[in-house]
Amino acid sequence: MRALAKPFRIDVEAVSSFLPSRALRGWHGILLLALFLASLAIATAHAQSGAAAGPPSPLATLVEWIPFILRGFLLNLGMSFLAMAIATVLGIGLGLLQLSRSRFLSLPAWLVTHLFRNSPWLVILFVVMLLVPFELQLPGGGTFIMSDWLKATFAFSLPVMANVSEIVRGAIVSIPKGQWESAESLAFTHGQTLRWIILPQCVKRAIPPWMNWYALLTMATPMASILGVREAVGNGQAAMEAAGARPELLVPFYLFLLLLFFAYIYPISIWTRMIERKYAVDS
Amino acid sequence: MPLVSIKEVHKSFGKLEVLRGVSLDVKKGEVVCIIGPSGSGKSTLIRCINGLNDIQKGSITVEGQEVNDPKLDKLALRKKVGIVFQQYNLFPHKTALENVMMAPVKVLKEPKREVEERARALIAKVRLSGKEDVYPGHLSGGQQQRVAIARSLAMRPDVMLFDEVTAALDPETVKEVLLTIKELAAEGMTCILVTHEMGFAREVADHVYFTDRGVIVEHGPPEELFTQAKDERTQRFLSQIF
Amino acid sequence: MFDLIAPIFQRLNVETGWNFIIFYDRYEYDRFLTGISISLQLILWSILLSLVIGVLGAWVQTARSRLLRGVVDGYIQLFRNTPPLIQLLFFYFGLGAFTPQVDMGGYYEPLISSFTWAILALGIFGGAFNVEIFRSGIEAVPKATAEAAESLCFSSWQTYAYVTLPLAFRISLPALTNNLVSLAKTTSLAYVISVPEMTYTLNQVWSDNINVPEMMIVLFLFYVVVVSLIAAGLHVLEKRLALPGYGR
Repeated sequence: MRALAKPFRIDVEAVSSFLPSRALRGWHGILLLALFLASLAIATAHAQSGAAAGPPSPLATLVEWIPFILRGFLLNLGMSFLAMAIATVLGIGLGLLQLSRSRFLSLPAWLVTHLFRNSPWLVILFVVMLLVPFELQLPGGGTFIMSDWLKATFAFSLPVMANVSEIVRGAIVSIPKGQWESAESLAFTHGQTLRWIILPQCVKRAIPPWMNWYALLTMATPMASILGVREAVGNGQAAMEAAGARPELLVPFYLFLLLLFFAYIYPISIWTRMIERKYAVDS
Repeated sequence: MPLVSIKEVHKSFGKLEVLRGVSLDVKKGEVVCIIGPSGSGKSTLIRCINGLNDIQKGSITVEGQEVNDPKLDKLALRKKVGIVFQQYNLFPHKTALENVMMAPVKVLKEPKREVEERARALIAKVRLSGKEDVYPGHLSGGQQQRVAIARSLAMRPDVMLFDEVTAALDPETVKEVLLTIKELAAEGMTCILVTHEMGFAREVADHVYFTDRGVIVEHGPPEELFTQAKDERTQRFLSQIF
Repeated sequence: MFDLIAPIFQRLNVETGWNFIIFYDRYEYDRFLTGISISLQLILWSILLSLVIGVLGAWVQTARSRLLRGVVDGYIQLFRNTPPLIQLLFFYFGLGAFTPQVDMGGYYEPLISSFTWAILALGIFGGAFNVEIFRSGIEAVPKATAEAAESLCFSSWQTYAYVTLPLAFRISLPALTNNLVSLAKTTSLAYVISVPEMTYTLNQVWSDNINVPEMMIVLFLFYVVVVSLIAAGLHVLEKRLALPGYGR
């Protein structure tokens, strides 16, 4: 009976969108690179079959603008780091509040978590961009300038915060009751139990999904370009504009952007998968 | 002519040789038990009779049809040979009745009403009347195993294979399954059983084979084998059990 | 419907300044309904496309050919590890630039509309996740259960159709729900290629009427309702298909 019942279950987290793929192989990166070069070759041939003394080839144009796009990519990275830091701090707090024994705390925390989990990133981005004022009056009397990229960073941190909140809640709930009881019997207070007994056990479980949310967050940052933030995609589009808005630039430029993100995200995915496997074996 | 004839069968998984020249014959209506320590190749042997595992050397014939033939019509073979597994392997998304009806309806394309009548009779025969519409997940191990027996019988096989069918069951439910098999044997069904239930083997078997490390060490009628085993390995095995 | 709610929202606007123009102005109301319709169609078609890709991809991954499996693996990795926004831009602007234009009698229109490109891009994006979900489901079906079917004379195709697939689908459902909900949310990205779905439509409404907060509320509500409905629908399906006696 027991032996049969088990196979009909599936680890939902292991296959859902917030954990990396099972079949990670290094050569996929090479495949993308090959695809990129092949399409560049086609695009170049396509362009040169036209005029002999025309504008520089798409490849040459791209190479010329790569430093500009990379500068934009640095902003993507900056936004992703900062947003992840905000999301982690707020998310842990929100997750703990969700488990609070007081309904006045747990209900709003639950509501906030689910509102931001179920809304599209783009909608949250619009809300923050359009409704958060440009200048924030600090309680001390000074003003804080909320530039567009800062606002976007804050916007991106919100859905991740909500998901971190769920990760924290799930991890804490998964710790057996016996841990709480034995800590209580040793005269730990509720807060001490949480700090010294429960949370340390949660960290291992929470790290792989946390890393995966970082990857998803980084892949969301190009949305900021829609509202005029000059990150990689925004700079790429500006570069194409500056180079004469020729249609043959579109494929190489967007492919380069895909490649750029892939080169950063893919190793993170592999790393996440490795950590996940290691912990799965440990426990 | 024997119904099932096994001659000098060799079978290996990679480097591991599981069967090293096994021969045995089963006549129509005969009940044969295969006993032996775990890992002696018993289960592999009966799975080969059904074509679930293929063999490297030797020959297995069922009613004169060669199983070790690349052009074998597995469907025709499996219609003659039913098998019941240790883990029952019922289809969890179908009720007991649907489990029994599925193969005749979907595979043999027999008329549904006729099959249903037969299936209900089979479920009654394994003493599960009233459980027709229950899903496997809500049945005990012994009940599931009896549904599995009915499911095999619905294909009207000529020979039934039982692969340690009581090994995964609670002691209380073992009895009801053994009773069902005993009734089948009494009706004249040809049965080949791999089992650890020595008392049962002694009671129902016409012939008992003792296997160890891929060969048949010794065989004979149960009274003879259980009381006056000649080979030292058989003696040791039996003394550990009783 | 419109005649019923229009006076209420008109008064709300006069008395409180809350301007839900889409509920009392005929033109904006129609625009809003079109937005809903386009959004729902976009969600429906991209989900369907992603499911078809998922089933086909999972099936290909059981194939013998290493090349075929490798291609599907590569596809999964490419689309899971790059931003969906750039994928969409690449499809629409990059590939769209090479698709032929059709003469519509005087003016030219691309053969593949931005709406179609959005479905293609989002379906392919979501499909990459579905392939893995379905494959995991198939792998989770115990070999012995399929073997039992085989011993009952089922052909390998019959075993797949009557035993493996029905079980794999049930096993996959919870993960599938997660992914389809996430795909439904991602359809809002079609905004960047000017598909007049909900986000795009309300964006135009608030640009025309300067009623950003009100339209934001509507936008939030729209997605919360749609996402909840999809999730609820799939949960009902999950419950109805649950294997009796095998609780999750």
